[in-house]
Amino acid sequence: MAPSSELNCLTISEAAERLRRREFSVLELTRACLERIAAVDPKLNAFITVTEEEAMAQAEAADRRLKAGAAATLCGIPLGIKDIYCTAGMRTTCASKILENFVPPFDASVIAKLRREGAVFVGKTNMDEFAMGSSTENSAFGPTANPHDLTRVAGGSSGGSAAAVAADECLGALGTDTGGSIREPAAFCGVVGIKPTYSRVSRYGVVAYASSLDQVGPFSKSVRDAAILLRTLAGEDPQDSTCSARPVPDYERGLTGDVKGLRIGVPKEFFVEGMQPEVEKAVRAMLKQYESMGATTREISLPHSSYAIACYYIVATAEASANLARYDGVRYGLRERAEDNVELNEKTRERGFGAEVKRRIMLGTFALSAGYYDAYYLKAMRVRTLIRRDFERAFENCDVIVTPVAPTTAFRLGEKMSDPLTMYLSDIFTISVNLAGLPGLSMPCGYDANNLPIGMQIIGPQFSEEMVLRVGDALERSGAATLRRPAL
Amino acid sequence: MNREGYEAVIGLEVHTHLQTKSKLFCGCSTEFGKAPNENVCPVCMGMPGVLPVLNRHAVELAVRTGLATNCEIAPRSIFDRKSYFYPDLPKNYQISQYETPIGKGGYIDLPGHGESKRVRLVRIHIEEDAGKNIHEMNSSLVDFNRSGVPLVEIVSEPDLRTANEAVTYLRELRSILRYIGASDGRMEEGSFRCDVNVSVRKKDAPKFGVKTEIKNLNSFRFVEKAIEHEVGRQIKVLEAGGKVEQETHLWDPEREETRPMRSKEFANDYRYFPEPDLPPLVVPTAMVESVRRAMPELPAVKRARYVRDYGLSGYEVGVLTAEKETADYFEAMLPGLTNVKMAANWVMTEVLRVANESGKAPPEAAPAAAEVGTLLRMVEAQKISLNAAKTAFAAMCTSRKSAEATVAELALAQVSDEGAIAAACAKVIAEEPDKVAEYRSGRDKLFGFFVGQVMKAMGGKANPKMVNEILKKKLAA
Ligand SMILES: [Zn+2]
Repeated sequence: MAPSSELNCLTISEAAERLRRREFSVLELTRACLERIAAVDPKLNAFITVTEEEAMAQAEAADRRLKAGAAATLCGIPLGIKDIYCTAGMRTTCASKILENFVPPFDASVIAKLRREGAVFVGKTNMDEFAMGSSTENSAFGPTANPHDLTRVAGGSSGGSAAAVAADECLGALGTDTGGSIREPAAFCGVVGIKPTYSRVSRYGVVAYASSLDQVGPFSKSVRDAAILLRTLAGEDPQDSTCSARPVPDYERGLTGDVKGLRIGVPKEFFVEGMQPEVEKAVRAMLKQYESMGATTREISLPHSSYAIACYYIVATAEASANLARYDGVRYGLRERAEDNVELNEKTRERGFGAEVKRRIMLGTFALSAGYYDAYYLKAMRVRTLIRRDFERAFENCDVIVTPVAPTTAFRLGEKMSDPLTMYLSDIFTISVNLAGLPGLSMPCGYDANNLPIGMQIIGPQFSEEMVLRVGDALERSGAATLRRPAL
Repeated sequence: MNREGYEAVIGLEVHTHLQTKSKLFCGCSTEFGKAPNENVCPVCMGMPGVLPVLNRHAVELAVRTGLATNCEIAPRSIFDRKSYFYPDLPKNYQISQYETPIGKGGYIDLPGHGESKRVRLVRIHIEEDAGKNIHEMNSSLVDFNRSGVPLVEIVSEPDLRTANEAVTYLRELRSILRYIGASDGRMEEGSFRCDVNVSVRKKDAPKFGVKTEIKNLNSFRFVEKAIEHEVGRQIKVLEAGGKVEQETHLWDPEREETRPMRSKEFANDYRYFPEPDLPPLVVPTAMVESVRRAMPELPAVKRARYVRDYGLSGYEVGVLTAEKETADYFEAMLPGLTNVKMAANWVMTEVLRVANESGKAPPEAAPAAAEVGTLLRMVEAQKISLNAAKTAFAAMCTSRKSAEATVAELALAQVSDEGAIAAACAKVIAEEPDKVAEYRSGRDKLFGFFVGQVMKAMGGKANPKMVNEILKKKLAA
C-alpha cells in the first residue's frame, strides 16, 4: 500500500513493532481508527455498531500490558469484527432485524482468544443478513459501499470487514466464508483474505449459516498480517467438536519468500467465457511472475466444478433452514404479538427476515422435505464428494491451484439485486473450495480500467495454510501485486 | 362391548433419561427439581452461534443399555437433526439419531409369562430432551432445565398383545435400566416415559390394523388404562363399521380417556438430515467389550440364580429382585448365613416394611445390610432369639448402631448359663406340683406351659434349647 503517515494506515506487523518501541500508544492508534471511522464510515456504512467506549477501554488495558512487556503480537491492534460473531455484552445483529437488539451473554471462541491477546475491537462490521449474499446489499442496516468506488458493492457477505480494512478504518478484521464470503469481498475491496481449511478454526459463537461450509478467517492489508491473525485464530476448541486438534504452525515464520520448484495448477474450467478480460489478464500475469520466480505452471482439470453452484445451494440452504429455525421470537430477538405459538413464529419470522434469507430457508426446507430429500439433498452430497475428489486428484500433480476470485471486479450497487441467480454466479470460483473444505487465499493482483481491484485466489490441500500463505507472501514481496489505497 | 374375536397389537416407545451429571451436549447439570431455567447455558438454550459437544458418559450409558437388552452396538453412528417447531425445543430441531441408531436388533424376555415371551426391539437411539412448557392464566412460560438432558429412546416391535403384557414389559425394562445404572426410571419426574402404538385386528387377520399413537404416558397405571381404553374405542369403531384413523392421541388422566391432539400441534415432516455440527460417533470394540465386562448381573439372571441357588419361590424372587437396591441389600446380608430363607423373609417383612413406611430405598431406610446379617447370624448361633433380633432391628433403624452394640445395650443376649436355667426350672417345678403331676400322668401338652413359665422367670432371655433340655430332664426325674 502507498505509504501514509496516518497510524490507522499501518499494517499489523508494522504497528505491532512500533507499539513495542513505544513510538505511539494503543490509545493513539485506536483513536486514529475511530476518527477514520467517524470521517469515512457515513459514506461506506462498513460498520453496524462502532464500539468506541469498549475500544478505548481495551486500548488502555493493552497499553498497560505493552508497558509491562511480553504482550502478544495482536495486543493493541484495532480490529473490525463481522457482526456474525457473538461478543459478550456487545450487540450481535447478523445484519438482521430479527436480531437487531440481541446482546449475547458469551464470546465466540475466537473473540475470547483475541481478547486474551489484548486486541482492540473498534466495532461490528456490516454483512449480508445471516451471511447470505455476495454483495453486502442484503443487510437490514443498508448496503456497504466499495471504498474504491462508492457506487459499487463491497462484495459479500463479509463486505463490511473488507471495506473497513481497505478504507483503513481498522488494521485487520474478521469475516466468515461459506461460499466465498471472505475471498470475494477481499477481491472487490483490494485486500487480503483467507478462508482456512474447514475445521482449522473454531466456529463456536459464530452465528451459523451453513455449518458444514462456514469457516472463520481474517482480512488484512498484507499476507503477513493474514498469517499473524490466522496464527491466533486457528487451533483446537473443546467447544467445537468439528474443530481440528492438529497443532497450529507459526504461519508468520513460514513466510520464507521461496517458491522455487512450486507446481502451480491452473484449472481450465476456471477461465470461462463471459469473464471480464482484465481479470483473466491480471491473473495470468501473476502466473508469469511466479514462473519468473522459479515456479512452474500446468493446466489441470476440475471436471465437476460446473455442478458446484447447484450443489452449494442445496447443501447450504438445507443446513441454513435448520440453523435459522431457532429465530422464533420465543427466547431472544424480535417478537411479534400473537395468539399462539404458531402465529408467533409466523409473524416474527415474516417481519424479522429479509427476502434473501426467506428465499434460502424455503429452498432448504424444500430440499429436505419428504419425497425430495433423495433427489436434492442426497444427490448434492454425492456431487460434493465428486468435487472433493476432483481436488484430491488435482493435488497429485500440483502444490497449489491459482484461479481468479471472481469473474468480474466489483459490480454496481443494485445491479444484481433483482436477479438472485446472476448474483449467485459471482461466487462461481470460490464455492467449490468450501464444498471441498480447502484453504483459499484471496489477494489483490491488479486493477481494471476503472481502477477497481482484481483478486487472485490461491487454493491448497487441506491444512496447507502455511504453504498457501507463503506463496501469496512471495508474490507480495516481489512487488508484482501492489495495493492501492482508495481515494476517499 | 364384545371384545371376543379381536386382538390388540401394541408397540412401545420408551424415552428414558440417562443418569449423567451433565447434559448431552453441554456442561449444565441434569439435577431435577431446580428453579426454572437454573440449569441452562447458551448451548442448551439454542443461542445463536452455539455448538453441541457430545457427552461421552451418555454414550457409555447408551451402550450399556444396548448390551443389557441384547442389541448390536453400531461401531459408527451419526446424529441427525429432526425439525419441528415447538416453543420448548430451543433450536426448533432436536439432535437425535435416525438412520443409524447406536443399538439395533435386541430383545427383552418378559418374566412370569408362562413359557417365556420375547419382545423384540427395533432400535435404541440417543437424543436430547426438550424443555417444558408451563401454561398459566393468559401466558405460557418455558423451563429449559430439561432441555438437552440425555435420553435414549427404546422402540419395541409390535410384539405385545395386552395391556398387562405392555406393563410387564415396561416394568422389566425399567428394572434393567435401573440395574445397569443407566436411568433412575423415575416416572413421576418424567425420566421414564412412554408412547404407545395401539392397533386392533380380528384374531388371525394377516395384517395389522391402523394404529394410533398415545403420547407421553408417565405411569404404569396410565399405560394400562390408556391401552384398555384405546383398544375398546377402536373395537367400537370397527364394530360400527367405521375406520380407525391414524392419529396421535393424548391420555387425559382426569377423564380417563384418550383424545386426539390438534393437528396444528403436530406437523409431521421432520426433515431429518445428518447433524453437521457433530462428527460421526465412533464406538470402538474395546469400549463395547469393557462395558460388557463391567455389566452387573441383570434381573433375569439374578431371578434364575435365586431360584436355583437359594431355593426361593418365584414370588419371593420377584419381590427381592424387583429393585436392585433390595436385591443388593439382600445379598449383602448373606455372608456367613446358612439360613438364606430366613434372610429372604427378613427382607420381605422387616426391611421392606421400614422402606415402605419411610418411602426410602432399603439402604437408606434400614440399618446397614451387613449389620442386619450379623443380627441374623446371632439368631442362627442362638445367641439371641428371633424376637430379640426384631427388637434390635427396630432400635438400629434409628440409632444406626452396630448389631453387637445394640444387643449388648438392650441386654438381648440369651442366657445359656446352665446353673441359672436349672435353678429357674427347679423353681417352676416346685411352685406347680399339681401341673407337674398332671404332666407326669401323660398330659404332654403342658410342657409348653413350663417352658413359658421358665422364660417368664428369666425375662425371656433364656436359651430356649437349653430350657427344653433341662426341663425335660427334670420333669422326667
Ligand atoms: Zn447447557
